[in-house]
Amino acid sequence: MFTIIFFLSSGLFLGWSLGANDAANVWGTAVGTRMVQFKRAALTCSIFIILGAVISGSGASHTLGKLGSITTIAGAFTVALAAALSVYWMTKLALPVSTSQAIVGAIVGWNIYAGTGINLSSLYKIMGTWVFSPVLTAAIAFLLYFLITLFLKKTNIHLIRLDGFTRTGLIVAGAFGSYSLGANNIANVMGVFTPTSPFNDLKIANLFTLSSVQQLFLLGGLAIAVGVFTYSKKVMMTVGASIYKLSPITAFIVVLSSSVVLFLFASEGLQLFLISHGLPSFPLVPVSSSQSIVGGVIGISLAKKGRNVNYAILGRIALGWIATPVIAAVVSFVSLYFMQNVFIQQVF
Amino acid sequence: MKLFLSKTKEVEGEIEKFLENIQRAGLLFEQALKDYFNERMERFEDKCREIDQLEHDSDEVRRDIKRKLYSYMLLPDSRGDVLGLIENLDNVIDLTKKVVSHFSIETPIIYPFLKDDFIELAETSVKAVCELIGASRAFFCEFSKVNDYLIKVFFWEHEADKIEEQIKRKAFQSDQIETFSRKVHIRYFCERISGLADEAESVGERLSVYAIKRAI
Repeated sequence: MFTIIFFLSSGLFLGWSLGANDAANVWGTAVGTRMVQFKRAALTCSIFIILGAVISGSGASHTLGKLGSITTIAGAFTVALAAALSVYWMTKLALPVSTSQAIVGAIVGWNIYAGTGINLSSLYKIMGTWVFSPVLTAAIAFLLYFLITLFLKKTNIHLIRLDGFTRTGLIVAGAFGSYSLGANNIANVMGVFTPTSPFNDLKIANLFTLSSVQQLFLLGGLAIAVGVFTYSKKVMMTVGASIYKLSPITAFIVVLSSSVVLFLFASEGLQLFLISHGLPSFPLVPVSSSQSIVGGVIGISLAKKGRNVNYAILGRIALGWIATPVIAAVVSFVSLYFMQNVFIQQVF
Repeated sequence: MKLFLSKTKEVEGEIEKFLENIQRAGLLFEQALKDYFNERMERFEDKCREIDQLEHDSDEVRRDIKRKLYSYMLLPDSRGDVLGLIENLDNVIDLTKKVVSHFSIETPIIYPFLKDDFIELAETSVKAVCELIGASRAFFCEFSKVNDYLIKVFFWEHEADKIEEQIKRKAFQSDQIETFSRKVHIRYFCERISGLADEAESVGERLSVYAIKRAI
């Protein structure tokens, strides 16, 4: 049991840091502007992240699995640790970083180290999604901005009542965003462990069965929830008060747009529905919630005729698409070498 | 949600009551001055008392709105602006009370040749106040129309300035007003009535900033 927990610890650490940072993307403005209390936000966020992870988390994990199915738990531990260290190191250097990009880079590092070859079609699909997801969020936010402005003009809701609706909207969008975040990003945290999951299927009171992967995702979801409760308040206040100065209504639009995008890239049910109706479907890929949120903010800025667009942020995002996976791949390669040759563990 | 809606309805109702009080005080101010200029002193004093009561009620409503906005944790993002607007609007009703009170205490002599100008000045200043109330209502409910009302506030304030100058010139050039002190007294009251439009303009300018901040 101790060995299992030890090997999962790198993934749990990655989960904790995801909860501490990415929950702020969803709830930052709502909490920072004091529209929603932190305790309520943290509780709702944790519940929906765990639900998203357990119910809809497997889709994006399959794509990561196609990129590199890590066959030993020591290898999975090292890959997750390399991703976590890259995220930590880049955060320290104040460089833009995303766990989605770090884990993909770390898996590619494993591919190179294990000599399994890189599944280029999966890699291109994943990287294309990174570029596409903020663009799609911007487009949705742009559209929603006009629709909501038009709706407010037509309905003339009293400012005080609008405040109440916005508050409810922020909680609903936050819950949806948390669900989508859990569904999409659990792959980053626990995806590499799925081929070597140490758990057996668990029947609960003859009502439903938790598969070994779902138990893994539940554990990852709990790690994210711990991150939310222990460390996200500070980040939420920073996001809400200084980085994105949004009104509560525009914050609602940004969170909703980002949640939709995260959901589109995570939901197997939606993918099957689209395919069965002959519609183009979205690849199930872990995307960066931070970059998606920035895309939403840019969409709002463009809707306001390009005011306040910070082009430097766009440049930093593009840098993150290249720098994060490259750094994570290098860290992963070096870590795997140490794990195999110093700690004598089988990593592939 | 139901509880929250009942709280918001309560505050909405109080804001509406507060705006109604200011508008009523403005209209009473106009009627009171017309009574004064036409020497219907009893009716003038009645209206002074009514304005006094409205001002007192408005203070209570204002305090209640402030307390509820904080205790119900409403509008965390724009609470400061809403309270600022309410405080500034309160200055308008305070001013109406002060001006009629000064008329009542100092009983200035308004010469017949100035009467029509004074009535026009009172009407114009009150028009600025009424448009300001329209702008404030729009700020809460029909946001896109705030600017339309504010344009009218600024227009009537400018008109009031012109009438004020006209009255001052007539007073100081007139031989009918025997003493310099009476001319100064007329100037003083003329400035006070016009001051109501100035106050409306000043609140309107703040409101235009709040409106920019409120735009999503």
